[in-house]
Amino acid sequence: MAINKTVKDADEAIRDVFPGATLLFGGFGLCGIPENCIAALVKKGVNQLTCISNNAGIDDFGIGLMLKKKQIKKMISSYVGENAEFERQLLSGELEVELIPQGTLATRCLAAGYGIPAVYLPAGVGTEVAEGKETRNFNGKNYLMEYAFEADFAIVKAWKGDTCGNLIYKETARNFNPVMAMAGKITIAEVEQLVPAGELNPDHIHTPGIYIKRIFQGSNYEKRIEKITVRKRNS
Amino acid sequence: MALTKEQIAQRIARELKNGYYVNLGIGIPTLVANYIPAGINVELQSENGLLGMGPFPFEGEEDADLINAGKQTVTTLPGSVFFDSAVSFGMIRAGRIDFTVLGAMEVSEKGDIANWKIPGKMVKGMGGAMDLVASAKNIIVAMQHTDPRGNSKLLSTCTLPLTGVGCVKKVVTDLGVFDIIEEGFCCIEYAQGVTIDEIKTKTAGRLTISADVKEMAI
Repeated sequence: MAINKTVKDADEAIRDVFPGATLLFGGFGLCGIPENCIAALVKKGVNQLTCISNNAGIDDFGIGLMLKKKQIKKMISSYVGENAEFERQLLSGELEVELIPQGTLATRCLAAGYGIPAVYLPAGVGTEVAEGKETRNFNGKNYLMEYAFEADFAIVKAWKGDTCGNLIYKETARNFNPVMAMAGKITIAEVEQLVPAGELNPDHIHTPGIYIKRIFQGSNYEKRIEKITVRKRNS
Repeated sequence: MALTKEQIAQRIARELKNGYYVNLGIGIPTLVANYIPAGINVELQSENGLLGMGPFPFEGEEDADLINAGKQTVTTLPGSVFFDSAVSFGMIRAGRIDFTVLGAMEVSEKGDIANWKIPGKMVKGMGGAMDLVASAKNIIVAMQHTDPRGNSKLLSTCTLPLTGVGCVKKVVTDLGVFDIIEEGFCCIEYAQGVTIDEIKTKTAGRLTISADVKEMAI
């Protein structure tokens, strides 16, 4: 019998997220974010969190909702534009922020998921990102030593998942989700479609269920689009 | 007449070669996609996880799960592929992207670039720009020659926090095209109606004029 990872809903999935925990959040902008878990965390009100996410949502959606309730102590991101409340908290000193290069963020997740304690990466050499970091030269080029993330929880969103926790993502909603799924001590996955074990083609699975602790079928996905850009039919 | 943003993009597009994998930054760089010369086949990489990026969708066909690195709705093309962020920056870091176009707030005569932070004023973050400039082979900057107050953006040394060091190979501005060489900025083309004197006045960094300098053909 396959191992069953399913839980009822987001509230049950995030039940043990504690004050001061470090959380990884999948998603790029508002694309592929775990909407249900974010809503449950806002409802639970757990605070003093360190959140690692490429972006910080917008004022009224995504991680922006947690910022508004002052649940976040520290944000580790690569790009945080388009969020006025974020900027306000940053400038007033209420929010601690560490900005790191996007590829470095992804690769520090990857290192965690692969059991590698640190990696040497070139992004940020010669910039303020390099301050305080060990530098090493390989083949004439400088690299910074970057540590694997150590996160208590990873919260990801996939398109389809099965009861074993195997995940398949859709289009660019994949983004950080697979690497973060592999990087959390406890990984929680919400999916648009939860199917019984055996229904997904094993060749098509992006994230093996071994990395997933809990999975549930999400509901009422809003999937907000940040910038709708279209072309005319006759162009 | 100084170039429009579209003309800057059009000039950069002429640098594209058949078979290039291309990453275009936000702003003027994005416009380069509109001017890919006929007969030149390139694939656009969007660092959020798409290779083979297509045009904007038709009205009513927007897909929230399909966006580019600027968070705009886009489409796929035959041959497109999706991947995760680690793979995306893996292909960037491993030097598989042939051509990268970025916007900038400042470029130095040594090829340093600053485009992510104005201390005390704007802190949006570097996104993927630091990764791109640290590893891409062929980095072209597309920007206005001066800031809104008329100050040169081509400097001896960047004053803003750096994105990358000694990485920019070429700058295309509204006034001309500049290679970055040992001696600093080297003007190889000037826009129609722009004089060398104007370029000299508006360039704060070390500037030489190529012996083969010519008017830009757009």
